[in-house]
Amino acid sequence: MFEAIAFYLFAFLTIAMFYITVTTSQALYALTALAAGMIFISAFFFILGADFLGAVQIVVYSGAVMALYAFGMMFFDTTRDVKEKHGNKLIISGLSILTAVLVVVIFAAPLVSSNIEAFYPMTEGVGNTQDVGMVLFTKYLVPFEVAAVMLLVAMISGIVLAGKKMDLSLTLLDEATIAEEKAIRDEENKKVLS
Amino acid sequence: MEIGLNHYLVLSTILFAIGLVGVMRRKNLLMLFFATEILLNSVNISFAAISHHYGDLTGQMFAFFVIAIAASEVAVGLGLLILWHKRHGNIDLDQMSTMKG
Repeated sequence: MFEAIAFYLFAFLTIAMFYITVTTSQALYALTALAAGMIFISAFFFILGADFLGAVQIVVYSGAVMALYAFGMMFFDTTRDVKEKHGNKLIISGLSILTAVLVVVIFAAPLVSSNIEAFYPMTEGVGNTQDVGMVLFTKYLVPFEVAAVMLLVAMISGIVLAGKKMDLSLTLLDEATIAEEKAIRDEENKKVLS
Repeated sequence: MEIGLNHYLVLSTILFAIGLVGVMRRKNLLMLFFATEILLNSVNISFAAISHHYGDLTGQMFAFFVIAIAASEVAVGLGLLILWHKRHGNIDLDQMSTMKG
């Protein structure tokens, strides 16, 4: 009973928040509604017993991703209304048909796959976090490391793309050019300070 | 009344449809990224629900990797978006046609 109430409450809230995200014309409303929707989604993970996944959802999405979006928004002009795209009925109707097929497949999938057995079954008497750790660091160790390398690549590319003068390499320049650059920068700093 | 696997799958489908609508009607690239996040999260819900239904941890593992991919996608995408905004002054999808053949 309690599970049903929680499910329907959070389902309603999540759908409402994401509906606001895709329909509002204000970028800031979209950002805050998306952050709220992410928090509500973590509630489903807690209901489903995936405690660690819920905590990761809160930390990563409403912590890191939302902060990144809010940081990115400072660069863009977010005060004006967002323009919408109209037309191209072919793509819209095609994607709608795809969605309808998807709904049918989703309803049919549990019937087809009724004979599936657990590959890595949950251990009895062990918390979810411990269980996740045991499977993640034994069976999924290589994908975990690859994901870590991918995050490092993403971090470096983010720094290089958004940083200033990242196309200059100090080791490839000669001494005179470096001194020149430094003089220009000192001049700029003096202007800013005074 | 019992909440089963189908309830979660239907919710996941509804959220995925909302995300698809967002991808279809948004012209601003930042808003398009928001819609992409909705798509990834709806898939995560169904992964967690199936993991709970079969008593299997594989679904949760895949959800973790989806979250990691989403985070790196945001970092790279925002970097490119900032670069584009510096050069062209807007982030409209319709005006990014310089690579069009």
